[in-house]
Amino acid sequence: MADSLLFLTELMGMKVYDLKGRKIGRLRDACIVPSGDPVLVDRYLVGGELTWWTVRQDQVERISIDGIYLRDEQLVPYHEDEYMLRMVRDLLDQQIIDIHGRKVVRVNDVTFELKRANSHDQLWVLEVDVGLRSIFRRLCQGIMPPRLVRRMMMRIPPNSIRWEFCNIVEPDPQRRLRLNIDMTALEGIHPADLADIVEELSHEDREAVFEAIDSEVAADTLSEVEDPRTQASILESLEADRAADIVEEMDPDEAADVLGELEDEKSEAILDEMEAEPKTEVEELLEFDEKSAGGMMNSEFVAVADTGTVADAMAAVREQIENIDTLTNIFLVDANGRLAGALPVGRLLLAEAPTLLRDLAKDEEVVSVIVTERRDRVTEIVDKYNLMALPVVDERGALVGAITADDIISVLRQE
Amino acid sequence: MRLVDRLPRSWLVFFAVIGPGFVTAMVDNDAGGIYTYSQAGARFGYTMLWTLPPIALLLVVTQEMNARMGAVTGKGLSDLIREEFGLRTTFVVMILLVLGNFTNVIAEFAGVASALELFHISKFVSVPLAALAVWLLVVKGTYASVEKIFLGACVVYIAYIVAAVLISPDWEASALASVKPVLLLDAAYLTLLVGLVGTSVAPWMQFYLQAAVVEKGITVKDYKESRVEVIVGCIVMVVVAFFIIVACAAAIYRTGPRDINNAAEAAKALRPFGEYAYLLFSAGLLNASLFAASILPLSTAYSVCEGLGFESGVNKRFREAPIFYWLYTGLIVGGAAVVLMPDFPLIKMILFSQVVNGVLLPVILVFMIKLVNKTDLMGEWVNPRAYNVIAWIAVTVLVGLTFVMAGFTVRDMYFAG
Repeated sequence: MADSLLFLTELMGMKVYDLKGRKIGRLRDACIVPSGDPVLVDRYLVGGELTWWTVRQDQVERISIDGIYLRDEQLVPYHEDEYMLRMVRDLLDQQIIDIHGRKVVRVNDVTFELKRANSHDQLWVLEVDVGLRSIFRRLCQGIMPPRLVRRMMMRIPPNSIRWEFCNIVEPDPQRRLRLNIDMTALEGIHPADLADIVEELSHEDREAVFEAIDSEVAADTLSEVEDPRTQASILESLEADRAADIVEEMDPDEAADVLGELEDEKSEAILDEMEAEPKTEVEELLEFDEKSAGGMMNSEFVAVADTGTVADAMAAVREQIENIDTLTNIFLVDANGRLAGALPVGRLLLAEAPTLLRDLAKDEEVVSVIVTERRDRVTEIVDKYNLMALPVVDERGALVGAITADDIISVLRQE
Repeated sequence: MRLVDRLPRSWLVFFAVIGPGFVTAMVDNDAGGIYTYSQAGARFGYTMLWTLPPIALLLVVTQEMNARMGAVTGKGLSDLIREEFGLRTTFVVMILLVLGNFTNVIAEFAGVASALELFHISKFVSVPLAALAVWLLVVKGTYASVEKIFLGACVVYIAYIVAAVLISPDWEASALASVKPVLLLDAAYLTLLVGLVGTSVAPWMQFYLQAAVVEKGITVKDYKESRVEVIVGCIVMVVVAFFIIVACAAAIYRTGPRDINNAAEAAKALRPFGEYAYLLFSAGLLNASLFAASILPLSTAYSVCEGLGFESGVNKRFREAPIFYWLYTGLIVGGAAVVLMPDFPLIKMILFSQVVNGVLLPVILVFMIKLVNKTDLMGEWVNPRAYNVIAWIAVTVLVGLTFVMAGFTVRDMYFAG
């Protein structure tokens, strides 16, 4: 272990000496001011006999495993500073998000790098330690001499997270701003992984994440949260307009499912804040029983007049570009909006542009269900005919929605 | 066909209203519970019944505190201990919890062994099979569906109520004994007293219930219903305990007060059901033991890993969460192995584990009281004063009892030897 490293556990309780080498107290906390420098330890809090003192980093002459020596004694008493992130109070033993490893971890210790700059010693935050080695270090510190602890812990493999991959979750939005904690790094995590992370957090922290991240990512993440009750409680905890922003970005069928879990009052408050178009779509879906085809279906689908050509269909697909990732089928409707056929997107790719859709779909048998069809019957049909998308029609036979394979998978997983 | 399809669903609806509080209360009547209550009745008749009202009060208070902490903070008890008291304290608490829960796991497997010994099934067959079954149940993720079977089988406890009625005990005496405190200054009595508290308000329950409340996503908003459910669960549990003690007092104490030495003797309390009463008894004991054996090791592994910051969860792979799986497996394998030792005193071990619970409980209670009174954690949901008074009295009494019990045990060892 290089001598240039120092651990928070070693710092804690370390003796602090003045210019004449007299002990003035023990170190209680090390703070960074993230709005200034997110890595440099800027303030040291020293517990004296009567009060705590704040030591600026440039007042420190030398730091070693044996103690801290000051070069300036003009100290001010410590008072609560909202712009400081206190390592012991705010970080140690708390949960943070490891962005690189995509999981929630608990902080056992913090590793600092000791550097000499401007002819005095400075500490820079290097890593946050998790795992057995840091547990061992914490347990032994103060019981055994620090050098012995260092030697013994080398036998245990280290487990640390680089500081830049650590995301602190701070529930208080004002404090988040002051401490310069932004959650944009979380947006790079796959929504499915982010959903797993969020599920492990307490509800306050969940709320913080959903308040802070981009609403599109929030929508994807919310859809990936497995338990409908958890989804509902997340939406419930947010302000109605923020919840509305997220719900607008969700697939209407999923949005309707989540809103259906909420109390009427809250879901109406959210609907009121939504834009007109997604709002009506979701409202229509909310009418249906959750356990029927209507409750499972999505109202976003591609429908083309059966008199059209492949070129018309391709144009229609291009209009629905935001759903292209999951698009498997297009549906043909007659002049009255009644379902007339279905075509896998792949068939369009192979056909010539002027081909009539009606001819192309001639030999495809179309399977559909009525909106009131029971959920288990729907899964049965999808399974039986190996469908990627199942059109849903109303009593008149008019196409109103489509159920896709991923809807079926969620239903099966929940049962 | 359709109708048959729907039948099990309406059952599920019934269970949907049963939440963490009720499950915890049912698991609370585990092998240790059944034996400790039976022993209390068989050895001391109705004289220990008076402990039940205060135990019920303490149970409601502690469980309500846990449920409230879980709902308000969204964090488990071990998480909170870690965040507020640091790693070293957490480490010590976790070691105590693991040791305490380990004796309880042993007790559950001892329960399996003695339940099936009534059918002349050797413990060398029953215990390894039970251990394997429990391990697979959780690791393969089928526990959630089996939990409903366990819960349903708890209906067996009604047998004690019916038996107690059929056996025509002295209702007047038992009612009187329920409110009239009797304290015998005798090592056996005091030990059993600590055991009674320890089995009813077990340390593991505090961790389990709070974790379950968090897991279910219960928040302050739907906390009111949760509280009702917790209280109902506690009352049902204590009522069952009352009837077990009464049945045993009437069936065993009346003919000759004695210690229970084997399962057949404990089964006597169910004699009004005829010659085959032991069937009922062993079914109840087996179910209780397996139910608790599935929950205890898992709950312990979760508490420890969350408190110390190791990865945990049955949805993780072994390599991702090695400590979680080793701890879980170790508790099961170790617990089963201890029971398989030749000439192992099954019943003594079961009772001993409950005494360990009683000794550990005040330690956990102190942490709970401190946490639940922190304003920055609980906000307006900090403990009402009456709760603190009851909890502190319980801590004082339990610590006092533990010392007196230890004193008497040492004295008896000296003078008997």
